[in-house]
Amino acid sequence: MKSELMQFAEEQLVEKKNHPDFKAGDTVTVNYRIVEGAKERIQSYQGVVIQRAGTAATETFTVRKISGGIGVERIFPVNSPFIDNIVVNKRGVVRRARIFYQRALTGKKARIKERRN
Amino acid sequence: MSGLIGKKIGMTSIFDASGKNIPCTLIQAGPCVVTQVKTMEKDGYDAIQLAFDDKKEKNTTNALKGHFKKANTSPKRVLREFTRFEVGARKSHGEVIDVSVFFEGEYVDVSGVSKGKGFQGVVKRHNFGGVGDRSHGQHNRLRAPGSLGASSWPSRVMKGMKMAGRTGGQKVKMINLQIVKIFPEENLIVVKGSVPGHNGSYLKIERWS
Repeated sequence: MKSELMQFAEEQLVEKKNHPDFKAGDTVTVNYRIVEGAKERIQSYQGVVIQRAGTAATETFTVRKISGGIGVERIFPVNSPFIDNIVVNKRGVVRRARIFYQRALTGKKARIKERRN
Repeated sequence: MSGLIGKKIGMTSIFDASGKNIPCTLIQAGPCVVTQVKTMEKDGYDAIQLAFDDKKEKNTTNALKGHFKKANTSPKRVLREFTRFEVGARKSHGEVIDVSVFFEGEYVDVSGVSKGKGFQGVVKRHNFGGVGDRSHGQHNRLRAPGSLGASSWPSRVMKGMKMAGRTGGQKVKMINLQIVKIFPEENLIVVKGSVPGHNGSYLKIERWS
């Protein structure tokens, strides 16, 4: 459990971003700002969220995608100033908070059912 | 004045101006009370003694009660002596010192007692490499220390030979930690990097001057 002082400091030190709500199993597009010398451009990274880890200022999420037949996982801090915005493309039905079993699955087995409201 | 006594709160991370994620430690530093001023004439050296963190009166010995009463303060848990002074910043008996002695961006040294790790082998304790290979006929000596010395001379193990044993729980000083942020109202300072000990352990914070 985090102490009150810790909570206070984290609120003061890290600017909270208003990202949409998403969890493991959702497909998201992360628009990430990349600085190259003096120029700045936005790179988008789309994949399935396989976990959200940590709390408050140190919270991160992992996005997995298959790129050229090879699985790629990228970890983003939720409050990173480089994240321009996050778009939720699809909400998935999964039974656990960390869907690491996805790493062993490919093709049709790796499909995640879409949640319909 | 060159320092304060603090308490480790825990670690977190912040983003700096360029967006880099920096690991940081929160320290509750002070307010501390000067409970004794040692002088060259009387004690043979110059120093001041600081006290930090309240404790119950019933858990305090009469001798210490008297000591705190002289400084006009309540009983404290930790007493530490600070010898490094800055010229013209001598403190008087009973004075209260808080985080205003530090400023953002400066570098401090933080010392405390490291986490106890129990009985550990030489790989963890002294950074030995262990035995290189897992194959080529090698088995069950992967983290062994190897030879302890020559044979007929000296016919003994040299004093101070690095071996397995109790690890951690020692005084460790981290030098040149940058103060990233100060919250004066909460007596909180944020330093870059890690500091020794578990959360809630006491630390001595000194300015290198």
